[in-house]
Amino acid sequence: MTETSLHLWLIPILPLVGTAINGLFGRRFSRQMVSNIGVGFCGAAFLMVLFVLSEFFALRLPHIETYATWIRAGSFQADYGFYLDELSMIMLLVVTGVGFLIHIYSVGYMWEEGGFYRFFCYLNLFMFFMLTLVLAHNYLVMFIGWEGVGLASYLLIGFWFTKDSAASAGKKAFIVNRIGDFGFLIALFLLIKHFGSLTFSQVFASISQLPSEASGAGLLTTIGILLMVGAAGKSAQIPLYVWLPDAMEGPTPVSALIHAATMVTAGVYMVARSHLIFDRAPSALTLVAVIGTLTALYAATIGIAQTDIKKVLAYSTISQLGYMFMACGVAAYTAGIFHLMTHAFFKGLLFLAAGSVIHAVGGEQDMRRMGGLRRKIPWTFWTMTVATFSIAGFPPLAGFFSKDQILWQASRRSVALWVLGESTAFLTSFYMFRLWFLTFFGQYRGAADETNAHPEHAGTPHSVPTASAQPAVPWGHRIHESPKVMLIPMVILAILSLVGGWVNIGKNFEKFLEPAFSRGVAGYTLTEAAPQASKAVGEQGGRELQSTLISVCAAALGLLLAWLLYQRHPELPAHIAASLNGLYSAVVNKYYVDELYAFLFVKPLIEGSRKVLWQGIDQGIIDASVNDAARGARQVSDSLRHMQSGNLRSYAGWIALGAAAVIAYMIWIALT
Amino acid sequence: MVPLSAYLLLSGILFACGVTGFLIKRNVITIFMSIELMLNGVNLSFVAFAAHWQALSGQVFVFFVMVVAAAEASVGLAIIIAVYRTRETLNVDQVNLLKL
Repeated sequence: MTETSLHLWLIPILPLVGTAINGLFGRRFSRQMVSNIGVGFCGAAFLMVLFVLSEFFALRLPHIETYATWIRAGSFQADYGFYLDELSMIMLLVVTGVGFLIHIYSVGYMWEEGGFYRFFCYLNLFMFFMLTLVLAHNYLVMFIGWEGVGLASYLLIGFWFTKDSAASAGKKAFIVNRIGDFGFLIALFLLIKHFGSLTFSQVFASISQLPSEASGAGLLTTIGILLMVGAAGKSAQIPLYVWLPDAMEGPTPVSALIHAATMVTAGVYMVARSHLIFDRAPSALTLVAVIGTLTALYAATIGIAQTDIKKVLAYSTISQLGYMFMACGVAAYTAGIFHLMTHAFFKGLLFLAAGSVIHAVGGEQDMRRMGGLRRKIPWTFWTMTVATFSIAGFPPLAGFFSKDQILWQASRRSVALWVLGESTAFLTSFYMFRLWFLTFFGQYRGAADETNAHPEHAGTPHSVPTASAQPAVPWGHRIHESPKVMLIPMVILAILSLVGGWVNIGKNFEKFLEPAFSRGVAGYTLTEAAPQASKAVGEQGGRELQSTLISVCAAALGLLLAWLLYQRHPELPAHIAASLNGLYSAVVNKYYVDELYAFLFVKPLIEGSRKVLWQGIDQGIIDASVNDAARGARQVSDSLRHMQSGNLRSYAGWIALGAAAVIAYMIWIALT
Repeated sequence: MVPLSAYLLLSGILFACGVTGFLIKRNVITIFMSIELMLNGVNLSFVAFAAHWQALSGQVFVFFVMVVAAAEASVGLAIIIAVYRTRETLNVDQVNLLKL
């Protein structure tokens, strides 16, 4: 590159330095010191990103920096290198910006936890891998980040590793992700085999020469589907979404950072990054859209019946990720990334606010034991309100713009997608307002002490969130607002959730991002929709407005229904649940998918491993052959040991016999 | 001129006597003497061949054997004395502790 280097490598390295310091010496540091280091290095990365942003518009894009050769095998070469374009710029801002805020929040949230330094060590490690992932200039470096965020996610889900459910949730996340990664890896092997490279610029240059696989399935379709398998694992889409709800065992800031704002969007980023492959593989693209849409609707229906505040948000995240894939699936990558960004704001905020609520009521996560918290924790209430209205899609909040954009793009492709999308929007609004009403309105139904029994919340037992089983509040807990260090990030995110959508007024955001998806594809229109759009702008505008109105109506309907059921007539939901007995219990039990997977995959695998691999092959063949060899040697020796009589003359006799035999043999040779 | 075969035959007889003595005798001293008999049987065939082929190396070898036999005799006799001192017998059948 002729341009000056921006030292992009500093961006991921800074959090890694934080990891190293806290990981190696954090045990001896004070909490203040640990949080200074953890937040400081993350903030430094954010400042570095802002510096890159200030230089960004002067750059010739894509800006590629290569630092060293990693692998050279024959004609194949993989470098350590970073790739900066509009897409990675947006991702950098989201990851470091939201990440920084959540780091600050964590200082307050985790202050009284054991393993404080360990938490910040892992959190910074996550930032390192996530930034590597979004900056990578080839698939292999991206894969480092891809696996690394999985590792960080595993470590943080199992942060309270003494709790059995947390440890197994971590394992589940890791194993389910492995299934997706398997697809991703095979896609990479296919790319190496057919294009001889994994570097974005080279692969995409070769691919842009290829024609579109309009009908049937070819190489690109295969690669696309395999990439989607990887993305489905990382971004919790059907059929690999099962790990995300369980991942809520982790501390709430982790849920906000990793399982809402950043890591789970890596799949969306990867699909958007590989858009050239998907553009030429319409079947794969259709698959992306269908999976996204179905996941969005499916997860939203589960979200309705959950009672754990974090589980509702987890299913909501799955559902919103489904929206992003729906957008990618209709080749509206800008809309998908736009929603990714706004989602990071409002879903990050929702989790932080949920964490603040949990903090306030002393570790309770069950919404049935909350209620009436509106006046007790006003800051949390108001920020949560902004986020709720944002995700429900009320104008002019951020979620409205991005979701509307996706639904509009989907409606241009297929009415079915649009109808399902609008239904999801309604459900989203309903379950979010259900959460809102249950938590903040009505009467308080929990066990925490409402009166000011304890002036200061000394040693509050919110350390390990009790898994909605019983309200374990041993010595009374005063409901209190969270400290400023937690509220400030929430307020900032609330402002972003409020105004974050405005960047796309006048399609500015899309205009900014569009070059990332049209570069290198000269003479090739992204979708057939593009010429249509220019053909009938007026009519399109009318339809877009119509679609927007329907979205807002759906959101309002959700709000109204939630108000009716959970505010006006709080006894109604139980009646409805009773009358829909079978369906309701299916939804409450998440359609028994975990049980189905356990029956279909986990149990056969465990049984097969035990019966065939362990008892059959390991014990029956490997162990048995070793044992039998030893036993045979022993038996032969047992019979031979009588030769060792200790009698000198018998030894001499054996020697003489042997010598005679040798001589006889030699004579026999000489004679023949 | 005595033919080579006669020397070899005598050598073989001496060696066989040595082997037989080694196998059937119980007294360590006798066994020791049987070994010497075997060595000398072999020596005889060495010198017979050396004379036959007019080659000096066979004779040299005999000297080596005699030197080694002398050394062996001294070490062997020392062992015999040591064995006799501890076990008060020269019967090899009673010196049989080294067995499984």
